[in-house]
Amino acid sequence: MLEPIEVSAEELQHLVSDRALKGETVLLNMGPQHPSTHGVLRLLVELDGEIVVNVVPDIGFLHTGVEKNMEAKRYWQAEVMTDRLDYLNPVGNNLAYCLAVEALTGLEVPPRAQAIRVILAELQRISSHLVWLGTHLLDLGASSLFLYTFREREYILDIFEMVSGARMMTTYIRPGGLWRDVPEGFTEAVLNFVRMFPRRLKQYEALVTKNPIYKDRTRQIGVLSKEDAMRWGVTGPMLRASGVAYDTRKARPYCGYDRYDFDIPVEETGDVYARYLVRVEEMRQSLRIIAQAVDNLPSGPVRSDDRRYMPPAREEIGRNMEALIRHFKFWTEGFAPPKGSAYAAVESPRGTLAAFIESDGTPRPYRVHMRTPSFANLQALPVMAKGALIADLVAIVGSVDIVLGDVDR
Amino acid sequence: MSEERIQQMAAALAERVGGEVSRDNNQTVVRVARERIVEAATILRDAFGFQVAEDVTAVDYWQRREPRFDVVYHFFSYEHSDAITLRVAVDDGETMPSITGVFPGANWYERELFDMFGIPCGGHPDLRRIIMPYDWEGHPLRKDYPLGYEEPQFTFNFDEIQARKVQGKR
Repeated sequence: MLEPIEVSAEELQHLVSDRALKGETVLLNMGPQHPSTHGVLRLLVELDGEIVVNVVPDIGFLHTGVEKNMEAKRYWQAEVMTDRLDYLNPVGNNLAYCLAVEALTGLEVPPRAQAIRVILAELQRISSHLVWLGTHLLDLGASSLFLYTFREREYILDIFEMVSGARMMTTYIRPGGLWRDVPEGFTEAVLNFVRMFPRRLKQYEALVTKNPIYKDRTRQIGVLSKEDAMRWGVTGPMLRASGVAYDTRKARPYCGYDRYDFDIPVEETGDVYARYLVRVEEMRQSLRIIAQAVDNLPSGPVRSDDRRYMPPAREEIGRNMEALIRHFKFWTEGFAPPKGSAYAAVESPRGTLAAFIESDGTPRPYRVHMRTPSFANLQALPVMAKGALIADLVAIVGSVDIVLGDVDR
Repeated sequence: MSEERIQQMAAALAERVGGEVSRDNNQTVVRVARERIVEAATILRDAFGFQVAEDVTAVDYWQRREPRFDVVYHFFSYEHSDAITLRVAVDDGETMPSITGVFPGANWYERELFDMFGIPCGGHPDLRRIIMPYDWEGHPLRKDYPLGYEEPQFTFNFDEIQARKVQGKR
């Protein structure tokens, strides 16, 4: 039934050097099932002894057809699919999608919802960086940190479960605001985390930052110059580690990020070590944002009351016949934004995540495209890996912080 | 990011490459002819300081409009935080000039265009399928490509559908 795929050597000739055709270099297949590729990524590695001559990433093993599927769903159904793209950043994916829908419809988000969105997005950033830190160190042979970072991540997932009922696929942020207000005890739980986490972060740094083995394995490894990083569309911590002080939260503020006081960590060296430093500092800056947001959490509604695009409030349904009809029509037919397209970008833990939505005036999106950061970041892998040792390739792939769900969509 | 600045740039660009400026929700859109996209990208990079082709994608207007596709480019400048959108109409079977010579980061995005929409990019250094398997037939994000469902199997027609599943498309 399944016939083997025939790919002739001629078709792939332009991907390898002439030396490979003469048999002077070795072609090695790494993945798709390999513990250090963080998912199903295949790398075709050309080796001269232990030195990497070229790397050709082969992606698509985790393609789920999310964009195609979204075209067949209503706007509020399609949002559920965004969670599954970058499974370490569901809140951020929801946020990008919702911001694009809000740009299409002109929905106004109340200040309380904005602040809660910021708190959750920053908690998500910390949890994603924790996974990265643990798995990256695991790649390099330090297994203990993995256990610590997952302990702290669990605390964040508990907060997500508290607000939405789900640990990972939350779909808590909705177009026009939030699903519902946060439960009692939310601010205490977040503040507990803010108080507890800096101490833990210090412990991690004590284990890693000055560790001579870690430094030897990461400094001057996988260097990406400032120019290359910009040319190849690399974003997020990788771009900042190469010396570009760009952060979507500062450059294109959304959800009121311009009201918070935080710094963008920048490093100049552009190596694996610099990426580590940037990500650790980002966790600290995220904590600062969370603390400010919790301190100034406004009261009031958590979703817009624009009746064209929002369902009526629960209390109204019991008393008002029109509200009941509206409720029924909303959840069966959905809402229809006006014709046009919108593009909204957010800063995900991996870089610029953007949603492009084209509406044809019906309740289903005509086309949704997610500009995912890992896709562009992975593109720069050959640039970073050329001339490195095969053992360092693992460190370089890890430092990109790819999520294959984010790459393949 | 100043709105006025972007409007001025869009107008200047439209004048130089013969385009048309419009506003679409939160985007400033310049509609450019297919033949002049490389020229437009070069102007954006050299004259207006855009450093990256942040996103390249397409929309299929099958049976709604001729020409069939719109290729949508989002450019961004880290220095000034400017964002601009370029739209190019392409018909089925036409080749889109590749902008990888100007913005190398568009490489995988153009491969995705080819893979998912069947819009080939002329002058691309490595135009292969990227997401779908090498031997895949068709281009999944086209509107005439069926979404594909699994037929529900019941006791009375289980064998019939099973036989169709096994010999049919994999």
